[in-house]
Amino acid sequence: MTPFVADVLIPVGKIVAVILYPMIMVVVMIWLERRVVALMQGRLGPNRVGFQGVLQPVADAVKLFFKEDIMQRQADAFLFNISPVLVMFSSLLAFCFVPLGEPIRIGTYTLTLWIAESPVGLLIILGLSSISVFGVIFGGWASNSKYPLMGALRSVVQVLSYEIPTGLTVLTVAFVARSMDLVEIVRRQEASGTWYGFLMPVSFIVFWISAIAETNRAPFDLPEAESELVAGYHTEYSGMKFAFFYMAEYAHMVLVSSLVVILFFGGWLPPFPSVKALAFLHAVPGFVWYLVKIMFFLYLYVWIRATLPRYRFDSLIRLVWKWLIPLALANFLVVALVRFLR
Amino acid sequence: MPDAAADRPELRPALDALAARFPGEVLSVDVDKGDLTVRLGKAGLIPVLRALKEEAGFNALEDVIVLDNLRTAGEGGKRFTVLYQLCRFPGADRVRLAVDVGEDEGLDSAVPVYRSADWAEREAFDMFGVRFEGHPGLRRIYMPEDFEGHPLRKDFPLEGRDGGV
Amino acid sequence: MAFKEIDLNMGPQHPSTHGVLRLKLAVDNEVVLSVEPVIGYLHRGMEKLWESLTYTQVVPLTDRLDYLASLSNNLGYVLTVEKLAGIEVPRRARYIRVVLAELQRLASHLAWLGFQANDIGAMSVLLYGFEARETVLDIFEEYCGARLTIHGIRIGGVPHDLDAALAARIRKVLDGIPKRLADIRALLDDNRIWKQRTVGIGRIAAGDAIAYGLTGPGLRACGLAWDMRKDIPYSSYDEFDFDVPLGRNGDVYDRYLVRLEEICQSIRIVRQALDGLPEGETSAKVPRVLKVAPAEVFHTIEAPKGVLGFYIKSNGTDKPERVKMKSPSFINLQSLEHMCKGNLFSDVVGILGSLDIVLGEIDK
Repeated sequence: MTPFVADVLIPVGKIVAVILYPMIMVVVMIWLERRVVALMQGRLGPNRVGFQGVLQPVADAVKLFFKEDIMQRQADAFLFNISPVLVMFSSLLAFCFVPLGEPIRIGTYTLTLWIAESPVGLLIILGLSSISVFGVIFGGWASNSKYPLMGALRSVVQVLSYEIPTGLTVLTVAFVARSMDLVEIVRRQEASGTWYGFLMPVSFIVFWISAIAETNRAPFDLPEAESELVAGYHTEYSGMKFAFFYMAEYAHMVLVSSLVVILFFGGWLPPFPSVKALAFLHAVPGFVWYLVKIMFFLYLYVWIRATLPRYRFDSLIRLVWKWLIPLALANFLVVALVRFLR
Repeated sequence: MPDAAADRPELRPALDALAARFPGEVLSVDVDKGDLTVRLGKAGLIPVLRALKEEAGFNALEDVIVLDNLRTAGEGGKRFTVLYQLCRFPGADRVRLAVDVGEDEGLDSAVPVYRSADWAEREAFDMFGVRFEGHPGLRRIYMPEDFEGHPLRKDFPLEGRDGGV
Repeated sequence: MAFKEIDLNMGPQHPSTHGVLRLKLAVDNEVVLSVEPVIGYLHRGMEKLWESLTYTQVVPLTDRLDYLASLSNNLGYVLTVEKLAGIEVPRRARYIRVVLAELQRLASHLAWLGFQANDIGAMSVLLYGFEARETVLDIFEEYCGARLTIHGIRIGGVPHDLDAALAARIRKVLDGIPKRLADIRALLDDNRIWKQRTVGIGRIAAGDAIAYGLTGPGLRACGLAWDMRKDIPYSSYDEFDFDVPLGRNGDVYDRYLVRLEEICQSIRIVRQALDGLPEGETSAKVPRVLKVAPAEVFHTIEAPKGVLGFYIKSNGTDKPERVKMKSPSFINLQSLEHMCKGNLFSDVVGILGSLDIVLGEIDK
């Protein structure tokens, strides 16, 4: 393996992959959401463009690409333009630290399925995904209009509040795995034989609820609910900038689902490792298992959206501060105690 | 008047009391097709409304209707007749009060007595130009604020006028 | 960063104002201080138009008032004309009218249910409600060819007869609706989020409700049993056995429950009407050119939105001298401010939905 391939081609390839992977997932999500929600509501959803409507996201992208990019005169141009970039940037950058499987040996070269591995990978991902808050508040402020401003403020308060239970539950996992390195966490789950989702179900549930709130999805989607605020912080955006917000939301969902899978459901590990009869499951590559698990959580996102009504903003905040945070704290204490007594 | 109440025996005591209390104001009481109409003078409107609401229990003002008598009023007749449709709940009895008012005259607003008269009077003002004194904010309700004219008057053309909307 | 009073404007184009309605809101940090509805965007001059048409020509125009419950408008107007002209409607026609009016109430409430749920975020209920409504609209289409602006009740009676085949199809539709309702109720009735958004929201006390002239399910949710079908029965309603559902607190949740229960009662009435459908004519003999001697009447019915009233004054010709419509939504909308005061901005949409207004009726 020449130095050129090892030092230039492969990293560039990985970068391209890291950009493409969430984008492809976003495309899949757009289609999945519209078809699944439609079928749950007793209608069909897009099924004209391409086989079973698979090309619908392409049609949407083309449409948004050609739409007029409008900005009001009173809008703050710099902030207005930069906020979609910030939101997209934070979602995509975090994917650099998300591992997709065990390293693959090709001859003498070990291909790592991540761009960077850090001993504090978990912390970095959480930090990076919080940068999107800036994008939201800039977008709402720069639009110079009441509805987007109210939507942006609500969104920011929501995201910041729900960061706390997220952090606390993630801490329990780091505690049990004795590491904040995502690859380590998966390897620990493999070693201990139980996935952390079953070991600490409370952590998982609190994390999952917070994750839905972090990504501004139903039932916590008040900041962008059409019936309330037209479209919240991205009301005044059109064309490609709106597309960025739209895609960044889905990319964030994929990121969060990846986190859930890695932290609580064994990442790329096949299920039932100790059952001899199901040993053939190990033949399926880890990456496939990873995808299957992520798809399940993405489906869960859509299912919840189609079913539940929307939380009002004060109920939302009350839920996190009165219930989730105390619960997360108590859960952390219990985990710490159990660890200590072991 | 005793004959008029014959069709609605349950209302007889209320009507007799009315005629006694407001001798100059209650002009006539008619019953036609099951509807009871009491014609009043302008000054008697609010006192009678109040009496009907507080003592006879007519707790709902269902509608305020304006009639334009442009073609039907003879000499000395007033331009508009304003009707107040009252209802009593429970019991569901109905009474209609009718007051004649001229084009440039105003009428006392019924809003202090019945809050539901608010928009009905605004509509009457908008469509006919009848002014209600004491209304908390009398302005147009259907037509734009700068519209000229009152559309439901008989001399306002059906197709509208230039300079309207 | 806190802001004091801001003036917000909802509409006239807004996904949740149920038509072209403009709401001027003054909000203090999310708490509503005042709400002023601005109407007139859909004003078509109906009352002026009616003065230049014959009594019969007015009937199809009444469809366009409350366009989600057009048969009720037809019925209200037609009953007033019949009271004015002294026309006696045959019993069979009265029963068919009851069937049509109650089916229309069903359809109107199902549409309301969908919109209300959608406004609060339960999107799927919108489609379930409309799916059920479609089955009822199919009946109307079969009866007289139209789904929305139906014109299925004429002066003197009804245009077509209700034969056994159609009656059987109606029964089939009635069998299907409770199941759909049960699905929707399972999703919403005890749902924590739904209750948080509706219980105690948009409250109005019984005394205030009467003072504002509120009628219909909104008034009955305050505990007052005022239903024109029972109080001043029309079109043989006194021959049917049905309950008037009442609420207790006058909030959004109670209005929701009252309307759901009204759907069940409507199904009950239709079944009784179909079972007891008498023989006879479907219409009285009404002259082609109906001239009415000078008189004036006021008559009301219980439309799905509230008490719908018509005042007609005749002048001896074939055209009315004055027709005034007492629109339930027009009067109900006045109480919006009272219901919204002190609630949060997010609740305005839910409260507006629970009032169940239709701009066609408000603006005429």
